[in-house]
Amino acid sequence: MSAGTMTTSRWRQPAHRIAALARAEGVLLRRNRLALLNALVLPVPLVFALKAAPSVSDAGGSRGAGAILLTGLMALVLLSAVYYNLVTALVARREQFVLKRLRTGESTDPEILAGTAAPAIAIAWAEIAVGAVAAVAVFGMGPPVNAVLALVALILGTAVFALLAAVSTAATPTVEMAQVTTLPVLVIPFVLSGLLIPLGMLPGPLRGLAQALPLTPVVELMRLALTGTAAGGHHLGLAATFSAALIPVLVLTAWIAAAGWAARRWFRWEPRR
Amino acid sequence: MDDNGVITVRDLRRRYGGSGGRGFDAVRGVTFSVRRGELFALLGTNGAGKTSTMEVLEGLAPPAQGAVRVLGCDPYQERGLVRRRMGIMLQEGGFPSDLTVAETGRMWAGTLSAPRPVAEALGLVSLGHRAGVAVRSLSGGERRRLDLAMAILGRPEVLFLDEPTTGLDPESRHRTWLLIRELLTAGTTVVLTTHYLEEAGELADRLAIMHQGRIVRAGTPAEVAASQPARISFELPGNAREPVPGLAGTRVSVTGRNVLLQTQDLQRTLTALLGWANSRGLVLAALDARPASLEEAFHAVAASGGGPVDVNDNAEDGTA
Repeated sequence: MSAGTMTTSRWRQPAHRIAALARAEGVLLRRNRLALLNALVLPVPLVFALKAAPSVSDAGGSRGAGAILLTGLMALVLLSAVYYNLVTALVARREQFVLKRLRTGESTDPEILAGTAAPAIAIAWAEIAVGAVAAVAVFGMGPPVNAVLALVALILGTAVFALLAAVSTAATPTVEMAQVTTLPVLVIPFVLSGLLIPLGMLPGPLRGLAQALPLTPVVELMRLALTGTAAGGHHLGLAATFSAALIPVLVLTAWIAAAGWAARRWFRWEPRR
Repeated sequence: MDDNGVITVRDLRRRYGGSGGRGFDAVRGVTFSVRRGELFALLGTNGAGKTSTMEVLEGLAPPAQGAVRVLGCDPYQERGLVRRRMGIMLQEGGFPSDLTVAETGRMWAGTLSAPRPVAEALGLVSLGHRAGVAVRSLSGGERRRLDLAMAILGRPEVLFLDEPTTGLDPESRHRTWLLIRELLTAGTTVVLTTHYLEEAGELADRLAIMHQGRIVRAGTPAEVAASQPARISFELPGNAREPVPGLAGTRVSVTGRNVLLQTQDLQRTLTALLGWANSRGLVLAALDARPASLEEAFHAVAASGGGPVDVNDNAEDGTA
């Protein structure tokens, strides 16, 4: 291979490899009814269940409710379509020796994980996009105060929960066991995310814990992005939303670093022998 | 490094379960080299360390100790440099069962820099007619052939085959051998593990028998077989008054009327035996004379535990 093709293919080849893996993974996801159900259908009733939560009924008016429901949808989609689906997909591929087999090819380890995760993430983002349209059309949600922060919440939140999925596979010997091993990440960050119970209603130490969990900063960033309200409920200007976003962004970055480290340390590419 | 040594392995060690007493040494100091265009076979009972050795050559695992070079690179540290020149067939298939054969080929081809057409690769293993079938519906032998097709899809210079014909019917096994020979003729270097000694004898230019993590025999199939004596067996007729004569360099064992001679020089011993029988007018029933076989060498290793031999001479021959 000449030097010329080497340089032009430096980026095209990884993208090509990820696309080939993602396409196959997409076919597999389409043929797996249960995974599709988890990804596509599950968030919908949960969003409507959220409507009854005190944080939503306290939001005052349907404008605020639209923002909170979109935030809730994003949280649920990150948990079910990204986190839970990726745990089961990665464990299934690992136990069938697919991951090991893929490592015998030219794809690098990050490319294999990216290709496997891509369809789940694409579905998650599409659902959030549909949710955003619905929030505007049904609940009359206005334009976001700071759209950049919504994008940051989406990208960092996806990264955190995709990496946490990779870490969780290390404790998940079979696909069936995923129903148990995913519970801590599915339940604890959600309960303490501020969506069900406003953080202000929590006692001090618990509030500190809640703010350090991976879903709470996503919810905070979305509240800042969509309504521009601080944790205390007062309205912030555009510049102030950026500075208020600093802590949540740092918390998410720390989770990405920690989960990335843990995944490198514990992720297994083949079944335990 | 010598130009002919496509693969060199020096004092390779591999350990599972960390250091300390609870760990397990799967590979305990293995040295060999593989020349360009030859087929090198690793034989051994289950747990001998064949696959553990292969995984290091394939770049899937780092060695605990020792040095491995494949095409001049460290296959683990420099995976990106060597992978496009390697084809690997694992012991376990490892393709998603819900994809069809054609979808599997398309996915795999999409990850390779210079793949053959998928249809051509499937044709080489006679799977073209199964392109639309889900992997889960293939027979064990068909899956093995799909694995092989994917391993050669990237036109590799070095091909690793971990038990490539397990589960194949004799006809498919034969066709696989023909395909492997064609690849060898085209210059591909092949490292193969197998449980079928016939396969190793048929295909290998050189081979090594592993036992408990070490290489205990190495050389050409003929050399390794010759480590065992040739065997002559017969039944002593009922009218024989005298015992079998002592023959130089021969071990005689008699069980009832059954006699077994073991010798390093089959022709001389057989001539002497037949001369003796002739001169006494004896008819030796069930007379059977056979040279040492790879199979006997293998069973001798498995039975005795076969002390490790110094194969450095062979390894140096390999790179000379």
